[in-house]
Amino acid sequence: MIDFAQVLSHYNYWVIITLMMTGLYIIVARGNLIKKIVGLNIFQVSVFLFYITISKVAGGTAPILTGDPDTVYSNPLPHVLILTAIVVGVATTALGLALVVRIKEAFGTIEEDDILEIEHALESETEPQA
Amino acid sequence: MIAALKAHLPILLVAVPLFAAPLCALFRHPLFAWTVSMLVTAAAFAGSLCLLAMVMAGGPLSYYLGGWAPPWGIEFRLDAVNAIILVIVAGVGAVTMAYARASVGQEISRAAQPLFYTAMLLCLAGLMGVAATGDAFNLFVFLEISSLSSYVIIAMGAERDKRALTSAYTYLMMGTIGATFYVIGIGLIYTVTGTLNMADMAARIGELEQTRTIPVAFAFILVGLALKLAMYPLHLWLPNAYTYAPTVVTAFLAATSTKVAGYASLRFIYTVFAADFAFEERTLLFLFLPLGLVAMFASSAVAIFQSDVKRLLAYSSIAQVGYMVLGVSYGNVTGLSATILHLFNHALMKGGLFLAVGCVIFRTGSHSIDAFRGLGRQMPWTMAAFVIGGLALIGLPATVGFVSKWYLVLGAFERGWWPVALLIVASSLLAVIYIWRVVEIAYLQPAPAGVAVKEAPLSLLLPCWVLILACVVFGVYADPTVTIAETAAQSLFFDPGAGLPPMDGP
Repeated sequence: MIDFAQVLSHYNYWVIITLMMTGLYIIVARGNLIKKIVGLNIFQVSVFLFYITISKVAGGTAPILTGDPDTVYSNPLPHVLILTAIVVGVATTALGLALVVRIKEAFGTIEEDDILEIEHALESETEPQA
Repeated sequence: MIAALKAHLPILLVAVPLFAAPLCALFRHPLFAWTVSMLVTAAAFAGSLCLLAMVMAGGPLSYYLGGWAPPWGIEFRLDAVNAIILVIVAGVGAVTMAYARASVGQEISRAAQPLFYTAMLLCLAGLMGVAATGDAFNLFVFLEISSLSSYVIIAMGAERDKRALTSAYTYLMMGTIGATFYVIGIGLIYTVTGTLNMADMAARIGELEQTRTIPVAFAFILVGLALKLAMYPLHLWLPNAYTYAPTVVTAFLAATSTKVAGYASLRFIYTVFAADFAFEERTLLFLFLPLGLVAMFASSAVAIFQSDVKRLLAYSSIAQVGYMVLGVSYGNVTGLSATILHLFNHALMKGGLFLAVGCVIFRTGSHSIDAFRGLGRQMPWTMAAFVIGGLALIGLPATVGFVSKWYLVLGAFERGWWPVALLIVASSLLAVIYIWRVVEIAYLQPAPAGVAVKEAPLSLLLPCWVLILACVVFGVYADPTVTIAETAAQSLFFDPGAGLPPMDGP
C-alpha cells in the first residue's frame, strides 16, 4: 500500500527525479546540439536541487549566525558544494556552446543527423584509398 | 627549504601546474609556453618519484590543505596506489611534453599553441589532483578540471580534421553525465554519513551497508566513473576522441586519463565501500567479469577491421581497459595487483605506440593504415618502436604486457577459473592480428613510388623510445613495479580506510 501522505511530503524529490529524467531524455532524444546542452543543464539543475533539498533541516533557518544559541540552522555545506558544482556547470555549458559555434562554422549545421551524414561522406572519401 | 618543499610536496604537485597554466595564457609565446610546461611537468615527475619513494619507505602520507584537519578540511592522502598513479601521470606528461615541441608545432597554429599548453597543464593539474585527493567532492572538482581541459585539447585537433569538434562535443556530453552521476552518488553518501572525507566515509559506511541509500550511491558512483574510464558499454566517446585529437593529446590522454578514472573506481570500490561489500552484493563479480571479457573480445575484434591506425589503437585501449576490469572482478589480491600493474604497463605501451604513430603523422600527414606502406625501411626507428610497443600489447615475454597478463592468469587460476585464463590468452591472439596488419603493411609492402619519407626527427623519436624502452625494462626487470602493485593491492584489499586521520574533534 502506498502511503500517499509520505509520497506527497517528499514532493521535492519527485521534482528532482522528473527534472533528471527530462534532462536525460532531451540529451538522448534531441538531435539539435543546442537542445542537448539545454537538456544537460536541466539534468545538472536537478542535482543542484537535490543537494539543496538534503541540506534543509526541518525548522532550520538560513545558516547565518544570529547570536542566539537556540537557532536551528540548515546545513550550509551542501550549499557550498553545489556553488562549486554550479560553477563547473557554467564552465561546461560555456565550453559546450563554444564547441557548437565551431561545429556550426565547420559543418554549417547543428543538427546531429546532418553532421553524421557529412562525417560519413568524409569517411567514404578517405576509405577507397585504404 | 628542502624540508619545507618535501612537507608540501603533495599539494605542490597539483598547485604548480595549476598556477603555471595561466602564465602560458598570459604570455602568448609558443616557445615560452612550451618551456614553462616542460619545466613544470619535469618537476612534477621528479616530485612524484620522490613521493613514491617516501610512501614506499614510510607508509601512507596525509597532507591537510590549509592546515585544516579532516574530516572538516580537505585531505590529500597518498599511499602506494595513488603514488604510482601520480608517477604515471607526471611521467607520461613529461615525455609527451618533450614530444610536443615539434609535434604541436606542426599540428596547431602558432597563435593557439600557448593556449594549448595552458589546457595541457590544467589537464595535468586536474589528473594529479584526482589521484592525490582524499576528499570525495574535491575529487569531482579535479575530475572536472581535467575533463573540461581535455575537451578543449581534443577539439584543437579541428585544425587538421573538423571531426575533432564533434568528438569533443560527444565526449563533453558523456563526460558531464558521468561526472554528474558521480556527484549524485556523493550526495547520497553524504546524506547518510555526513562526511566527504573518503577514509571517514569508509569508517561510517560499515554500519550503514544495509540501508538502501548506500547501494544506490555505489551504483551511481560506479557508473559515473565507468563513463570516464570508458568501461565497455560506456566507451562510445573514446574512439573518435582519440582518433581526431592532436597526437600529443591522444598519447597523453590514452596513457593517463582513463588510468586516473580507473584508480578512482578502485579507490571507491575498495577503500570507501570495502571489498566485501562490493563483492558480497555480487555486483562486481557478475557485472565486471562478463563486461571485462566482452570488452577484451569485442573491442579487439573491432580493432582488427579499422583502416585508421589511431582508431585501431583506440579500440585496443578499450580492450585493455577490459583486462583491468577483469582483474578487479576476481575479487582477490592477485587480480587486483594485475589491474594496478596493467594500469601502469598499459600507460607505457599505449603512450609509446601513439607517439610512434605520431612520428608517422609528422612525416606523412596521415594516420590511415595506408600511409604506413613501406615505412619499415623508410622510418626504421619509428616502426621498430611500433613493433616493440605492439609486442608489449600482445603480451610477449620480456615486455610489460607479459607481466600484467601473467598476473591476470595467475589470479584466474587462484580463483579456479581456468576458462578465463584461456580466454585471456585467446584475446591476446586478436591483438596479434591487429598489430600484424600494421606491421605487414609497413614491412612487407613496397613504399608508394616517388614518395620519399624521411625518418622522424630526434626530438620525436627520443620521447617515443623512452616509453618503448620502459616497456622492455619493466618487462625484464619487473620487480619494482610488481612490488609496488602488490603493496598497493594489499593496502586496498585488507585495510579499507586504513590509517584514519586522527579525530580529535568535539
